[in-house]
Amino acid sequence: MMSWRAIAAAALFAAAPALLAGEIPPDARRSGYAFMGPDTRAMQEDDTSNPGMLFVLDGEALWAKKTGSAAKSCTDCHGDARSSMKGVAARYPAFDKALGRPVTLDQRINLCRANHQQAIPLPYESHDLLALSAFIAHQSRGTPITAGDDPQAKPFVEQGRALYMQREGQLNLACTNCHDDNFDKRLAGAPITQAQPTGYPLYRLEWQTLGSLERRLRSCMSGVRAQAYDYGSPELVALELYLMSRAHGLPMETPAVRP
Amino acid sequence: MAALINVPSKAKRGDIVEIRTLTSHIMETGFRHTADGNLVPRNIITSFTCRYNGAEIFRADLFPAIAANPYLSFFAVVKESGKFEFEWIGDNGYSSAASASITVE
Amino acid sequence: MPTTRRQFLSLAGGATVAGTIPIVTLRPLEATPAMLNAAIRNVVGEAQIHTGRIKLDIPPLVENGNTVPLTVSVASPMTADDHVKSIHVFNEKNPQPNIGNFYFGPASGRAQVSTRIRLADTQKVVAIARLSDDTFWQIAADVVVTLAACTEEMN
Repeated sequence: MMSWRAIAAAALFAAAPALLAGEIPPDARRSGYAFMGPDTRAMQEDDTSNPGMLFVLDGEALWAKKTGSAAKSCTDCHGDARSSMKGVAARYPAFDKALGRPVTLDQRINLCRANHQQAIPLPYESHDLLALSAFIAHQSRGTPITAGDDPQAKPFVEQGRALYMQREGQLNLACTNCHDDNFDKRLAGAPITQAQPTGYPLYRLEWQTLGSLERRLRSCMSGVRAQAYDYGSPELVALELYLMSRAHGLPMETPAVRP
Repeated sequence: MAALINVPSKAKRGDIVEIRTLTSHIMETGFRHTADGNLVPRNIITSFTCRYNGAEIFRADLFPAIAANPYLSFFAVVKESGKFEFEWIGDNGYSSAASASITVE
Repeated sequence: MPTTRRQFLSLAGGATVAGTIPIVTLRPLEATPAMLNAAIRNVVGEAQIHTGRIKLDIPPLVENGNTVPLTVSVASPMTADDHVKSIHVFNEKNPQPNIGNFYFGPASGRAQVSTRIRLADTQKVVAIARLSDDTFWQIAADVVVTLAACTEEMN
């Protein structure tokens, strides 16, 4: 028998630098959780009814499994993820010195596979990559988001912010037009949220599976009839970094459930 | 593939306990098409059974209208310590099983 | 009336967003009320169906039709002489009228089941219980399924 005790998520807010026009002040930032109905909230709150936990369980098994020609497991280097991975996902995407650019948690997993396990990279949105990232990010549940605090990441946060403000697609909409200017209103019956990426990878009822923030961003782009950036592209990584820095101080919820 | 089972570890004789199960499965309906127009074949769990010390206490026939990663919650009267056994059976010879123990005082 | 650019944009926007139906696009396949009745008769035969005794908890307005929580229960002593044998759940507009059949016995203690279902559209959900005296009891609920905005293309 397995059961989890729900972790009470404490809302922690840290002091933020001066706001730019149109930005949501720290004490008004709300997770997508706050926009959901009671049934979807209940599904996230109870770990034994949260389908995202199935992926966390699979990720736990993968963490301990030896793989690649080096025949090493994540455990061999990182030990018990409960301590070594605590708070890590709250800092991602993080600046990688060797590459000179930020990398997402998914990319970090695949860098580890290439450099330390001599294993082939896991494809974006594959079950195993989602399971590993969910298991790792789950160790940060309740930790306030601090991604983008690293001074070396700042130019990339700015790049992401510029993309967030830029109108695109046949509907000629920027992220900010919905998620800064019109949250709390509705679009085709669904509430518009603030786009705070607190719970990725998360279980979306629409998808009926776990998915990454990049998948969600690509859905938004097809929603405004724009050509979506490729998985792992510098633009998507910069947007992800900006969104995480914009959610500064909100607690991680992985695996969240969303409609 | 993972399954999440929630059964209380302890109960009093005669208690009615809630059992919750969640298992990984795509539950492909058989009504969807790929971008090039081909039908995606049905691949669902068709049957679920829960046995308590060998005797069936709950069973379900599932159809494509059951959401992916099927969730089922139901009840059982516990009269003695023992084991709950769960079995999922589906298309293409799919079968998976899990179990959980309970101590009855 | 001439269509101004602004009107055209709002029309196009509305059509695009509302037209982006999630993965299951089932219009031509939907079950008809006749199929629903046939599925029900398959279970109850010619027996009379009573109203009452059975309770159906389902949100009247769901956030996504792909995963809708549902609980069905019957107030019953669940004894050897007086218990619920089974609960059958149906829908009106999915491609198939059946959702699930759930079988109980006195050892179940309580005639209640919860699961998560798919509803392709706004429609009626019907639950029927068969008691140990072979009487049938029915309840129906109307569920409004809202379409999610900015859903992705089928992949």
